Amino acid sequence: MDLQSLIPFFILAPVIGFLCSLIIPARFETAISHVAFATASLNLAGIVFFLAYRNSLQVPAVNLEEFALYQTDGYAFVLDFYFDRTGAVFLFTGALLTFVITRFSKYYMHREPGYKRFFNTVLFFYSGFNFTILAGNFETLFIGWEILGISSFLLIAFYRDRYLPVRNAVRVFSIYRIGDVGLFLAMWASHHLWHENITFSKLNQSQLVHEHLLAHTETGIFISLMILIPAMAKSAQFPFSSWLPRAMEGPTPSSAIFYGSLSVHVGAFLLIRTFPFWSEQTSVRFLIGFIGLLTAFISFTIARVQSSIKSKIAYSSISQIGLIFIEIAAGWHGLALLHFMGNAFLRTYQLLVSPSLVSYLIRDQFYHFNPHRTSGEERMPVGFGSSLYVLSLREWNLDGIMNRYAFRPFKYLGHELDFLGMRLLLLVVLPLYFLLVLLLLNRSLLPELMAEVIPIAASAAGLLMVLKAFSERRSPFLAWSLVIMNHLWMALSVSFNEHFDADHTVLYLSGVAISGATGYVTLFWIRRKEPDAFNLNAYYGLSYAYPLQAFVFLLSALGVMGFPITSTFIGEDVIFSHVHETQYFLPFANALGFVLSGIALIRVYARLFLGPHYKTDHPSSLRAS
Amino acid sequence: MVMTAHVVSHEDEELLHRLKHYLPSQAPLKDFIHHNPLHASQARPFHLACAESEARFGYHTRLLLGEYRQLYRDGVIRRDILQSIASKRLGNWIHAEHMLTQKDYNANRHVRIGALRDQWKSCFRINLDKEVHPVLFRLLASYTDQGIAIWQFPHVHSGFLTAVRTLEQESKVSLFRSEFVRDQFIRGTWSLGELLRQIAGDQALHERYLFDQQFAHPGWSGMACIIERQPDSLLDSRRLSLYDLVMVELYLELDALDSRFGAHRRALGELASQVEELFAPVTVSESDEVLATWQEALEWSYYDQVICGLTAQEHRCVATSGASFQAIFCIDDRECSIRRHIEKHIPDCQTYGTPGFFQGDFYFRPEHSKFHTKVCPAPVTPRHLIEEQEASHRHAQDRLETRHGHGLLGGWLVSQTMGFMAATRLIIQVLFPRENKLMVTSSAHMDPAGRLTIEHEHGAFSSEGLQIGYTPEEMALRAEELLRSIGLVKAFAPLIYVMGHGASSINNTYYAGYDCGACSGRPGSVNARVFAHMANHPEVRQILMTRGIYINDKTRFVAGLHDTTVDSFQFYDLDQLTETQRQLHGTYQASMDLALSDNAKERSRRFLLVRSSSPSRHVHRKVSRRAISLFEPRPELNHATNALCIVGSRTFSRHLYLDRRAFLNSYHYGMDPDGKHLAAILGAVTPVCGGINLEYFFSRMDNARLGSGSKLPHNVVGLVGVANGTDGDLRPGLPSQMIEMHTPLRLLVVVEHAPEVVLQVISRTDRLMEWYGNGWINLVAVDPKNHSAWRYNGEQFEEYTPLTQCLPVIRDVLDLDEFTEQDLPVYILK
Repeated sequence: MDLQSLIPFFILAPVIGFLCSLIIPARFETAISHVAFATASLNLAGIVFFLAYRNSLQVPAVNLEEFALYQTDGYAFVLDFYFDRTGAVFLFTGALLTFVITRFSKYYMHREPGYKRFFNTVLFFYSGFNFTILAGNFETLFIGWEILGISSFLLIAFYRDRYLPVRNAVRVFSIYRIGDVGLFLAMWASHHLWHENITFSKLNQSQLVHEHLLAHTETGIFISLMILIPAMAKSAQFPFSSWLPRAMEGPTPSSAIFYGSLSVHVGAFLLIRTFPFWSEQTSVRFLIGFIGLLTAFISFTIARVQSSIKSKIAYSSISQIGLIFIEIAAGWHGLALLHFMGNAFLRTYQLLVSPSLVSYLIRDQFYHFNPHRTSGEERMPVGFGSSLYVLSLREWNLDGIMNRYAFRPFKYLGHELDFLGMRLLLLVVLPLYFLLVLLLLNRSLLPELMAEVIPIAASAAGLLMVLKAFSERRSPFLAWSLVIMNHLWMALSVSFNEHFDADHTVLYLSGVAISGATGYVTLFWIRRKEPDAFNLNAYYGLSYAYPLQAFVFLLSALGVMGFPITSTFIGEDVIFSHVHETQYFLPFANALGFVLSGIALIRVYARLFLGPHYKTDHPSSLRAS
Repeated sequence: MVMTAHVVSHEDEELLHRLKHYLPSQAPLKDFIHHNPLHASQARPFHLACAESEARFGYHTRLLLGEYRQLYRDGVIRRDILQSIASKRLGNWIHAEHMLTQKDYNANRHVRIGALRDQWKSCFRINLDKEVHPVLFRLLASYTDQGIAIWQFPHVHSGFLTAVRTLEQESKVSLFRSEFVRDQFIRGTWSLGELLRQIAGDQALHERYLFDQQFAHPGWSGMACIIERQPDSLLDSRRLSLYDLVMVELYLELDALDSRFGAHRRALGELASQVEELFAPVTVSESDEVLATWQEALEWSYYDQVICGLTAQEHRCVATSGASFQAIFCIDDRECSIRRHIEKHIPDCQTYGTPGFFQGDFYFRPEHSKFHTKVCPAPVTPRHLIEEQEASHRHAQDRLETRHGHGLLGGWLVSQTMGFMAATRLIIQVLFPRENKLMVTSSAHMDPAGRLTIEHEHGAFSSEGLQIGYTPEEMALRAEELLRSIGLVKAFAPLIYVMGHGASSINNTYYAGYDCGACSGRPGSVNARVFAHMANHPEVRQILMTRGIYINDKTRFVAGLHDTTVDSFQFYDLDQLTETQRQLHGTYQASMDLALSDNAKERSRRFLLVRSSSPSRHVHRKVSRRAISLFEPRPELNHATNALCIVGSRTFSRHLYLDRRAFLNSYHYGMDPDGKHLAAILGAVTPVCGGINLEYFFSRMDNARLGSGSKLPHNVVGLVGVANGTDGDLRPGLPSQMIEMHTPLRLLVVVEHAPEVVLQVISRTDRLMEWYGNGWINLVAVDPKNHSAWRYNGEQFEEYTPLTQCLPVIRDVLDLDEFTEQDLPVYILK
């Protein structure tokens, strides 16, 4: 059996299913659910057939260099796929659970407003999942990773006319974004380490890895840590754990498949996938094991005090994933895979039947009530027990920690830039920028020192733009313009670097230009229609009245943030490859810009278009519900 | 432990009392009892109360103007009806028509609630809800939790405030951020008034601030009130009170303010601008009048047909003497259609309706259980207990729900082993739903093979002081009351079925709302069986004979249970039948099975995913499967579309097709000239049916605030309620899946009796006057003398001549060509 022929099938089937589901009109409920169910069934049949044919799980690793999306001299953006035992297990579990969930949701979601949106998002998610699982290099994996992030955002905010789902969706998106930056930097650093787009199959050549790492120990550790961060964020490990229960805002089946099982184990997958790279770095292995242990313990205590069913399942799941991290660090991958499957199935089941627990447990209480129920904690010393209880009830203040150390500094810095208004942007920043572009075109006139300083200054300027965009709470125009300015500065900073290659810059900026312009048009339109609801101070829920505009704006925002729908996505990677190994500041500024601009853009979208509609002429929910 | 005496000042006490009056009062999930969500306004006229609630609390109490206009274009609201109502309410029709169908009204209202407290954000730039709610909800949920958390809240047997205080005192980790506030909390320095003074400021603002604060999370506040009022609504009882909740919340608010502003902390009142009084009079606007007119027109477009049908005596069925069997059902609107199908298949039977607890005012204790449960209407406080004996175990534990799954090493083992079992079970349940341990079935309420302690043995009392069983005298009293109230005092058939009802479902947090409302949300099987036993009792029959009710030896009462979800009957104590009775029963049972399938088929027209055109038996199988399908959010549609309550003999309404929209209470005016039984019937039926009707009504009108929204994202909290996600407030009310088919009509009660008698009956009690006098329920009397209809206008009865001239005639609803999910008109059944 030719294995390679199956890989495109696993990738393409969900994508085609997703595209089909997009074009079916919303009133054809049955057709939509059939497409989703057929997609999942086909994939499941494919993987089962394949495994049955092989008659074992001992899947030989296969690498498939699919095609280069973009190629110039010295650079290629290559889509690359890789398939092995780990991939087979994840693929099988994903297909099986998607199969169950799509079938379940056909009835469960019946008549729900947003039926189509739900299946679109599930299929989009599933495409991203398979992309991630089958990715053969970091670039390909990154595409899947981004799709997972956006589809998560969309599913958490599925009930977009309520406040809490929207707020939590933005929060989860922010945490994912922090994780993504690690992947971003890992990609950059490995460009420099390998001088090529390293494939996962090459990572398996331990001799090769060993040789490279011997010469660049720090780079090696840096890359490992940068891989670890996204894995921790996606798998809700310490200190990111508190997002997982808050993601349980969508319809129960979506919570079950995303946050109960598939999405949350992707972090563990990333670690298994990159294991050959960091397996020789003992300190990294210890760190991963330690984080797993810490998470397992903390979320175990939190799970024990949860009084709502979904948060209890969420924390129980996190603590098991902590153990999976330990297993991975120890190199017991067979066990980790088994554990992953069991945990994913169990949590999906528990979430799906969670409404049943009311009658089940009340009946249990009715027949077996014990007024002096004990759980073992009573034996602890009073002060210790109570402290641990309060600590667990407050979720070890993980939320506060994230806020204080991850977001507040940037918010603070951004507020220091409050003087940066639209006028300053147009009258000072933009002319200055064009001046620098002129300089760039006549670079030969510049002294050497200037050529070194200008890139740094430009990226610093870009960073200022995005910091202000991140903390902007008034004008959507300003936030939008600042993010676009950030891209311009970044492009400029790299362009100074070497021989000026207009192609690359055009590739990078063309996506920004198109989506930026669409965004402007939408914003102008909204401001004209709804002048009272045009600021970032509150949620206005305009998608209630303008669903189409909301969708267009979302696409524009995705384009501007470098999501793989425009050339900017590749452009960013290309531009990045121009950054010298010694220019530490640039990638960090760029990476930070990537994180903050993403959050800023999604916030503009959320504040304008999501949440309870601001008018009171129709029923709308309380904020606390 | 610091013990502080909490002396609540008189003013604060009164303030809390007023607050409690307005908060939602929905019991914990295990006892779902329907009630009017606007119960606080019930002393006000209906339309005024609607307008007031909109302005004060931001509820939507009517459909949107556009929805009414669409219903008018669709012909649901009739032009002649609209015209006649509009000319009374709005004057000149030309003018009125423009207002109703053309004119634009700004529907954006300025809502009063929250206006004061919202100024924390505008004046102080602090979002108190965001700081306080998550901690507060978590504390409340953990404290009230009935068995989700593995590690229980410490000190759970003290009151909420004391428990939190003790925990805080013992813990090295604080719930508070400000050391200062923490100290005050532990010492209990401040009274409610003092806290309010520090947070809100001037005394004049206190009431308003508390209303704003509590109505920011009405779910938990309402739950606290209910638990305070009825501690036994939780099996594992808790001492939670609104006072405790408010105190903890105020301390948490103070903490948030103190840690943000420190020494610069100021009270809200110092900066906030004046807001409109919450309870200041509400001016009724033109658009209110227009909406009220539309609502009346929507209601009377249906009522008018019903009244036309009820007064059309030429279509009435002639009462036959010597019925083949008689069957007593619950008044529930879901029994309306099964009675019709039984009458269709066995035309010479007689069916009756009475509240489904069958005069059984008792608690029931199933064998092996640790508690007893009330199985009669919520306001009744029983003195009797029926115990179950010799019954089998009915609660099987599910291995997949083991607590170890949430432990660390236990979870490690469980997920690797049972995880795969879970996968198998999921696939099976999703592809081929089958019965399992998680489902709720009405038949498990009681073991048919078990024995009930219906007979009181002298001196037998439970430890709670309840009398076990009834004496023959007590039985006779109840049997007589029931038989007389439904007018069944002679011509007893050989078999008389007493049918309770219940429902089955899975994955359904609202399961308690599916069973019999007259049995406090439990299936009516025990009550039916107890009543049958009473009426079969030789001594009881002796006593009844002395009171003029002669029940022949050949007559046998047979208890049964109708499962309204799967549409099945279960009968009890059949072994006590004689051979002839058993044969007779066998023949009827075959026809009843046909009736059940037809009933399932009729129901299926509202279930879009079931093809209704298939044969009845096939449809029936599909419909039954909804009860065991994990993925089915609507196992049945419960009371959706309820609109009528008919108090009269069966001949009064048997010729009409009333869909499944009517509560049917049997009553014979001829045996009750002075309305004694009518008073008892209306006293029982009005709050039960009115509560159901208005809960559906308002949940439909504003599903976001008076209902609980879609049930799909619901998360079970502490087994007491549901919330959205993990940080949300509890959501009282009905989910959108239960009301989406509901056409919001107020209940129309039609009594078959002379208007003078009905007027006397309702004027006698204030409670009834509140419902009818204020228009929360519409009332019509049909005078049996001349079949004229009389409409109650709040003060007196005035004659009502229906605008409908004649009704369409059909033989059976299943014959209709167009079998839609829409509401059907009233038909005459041939």
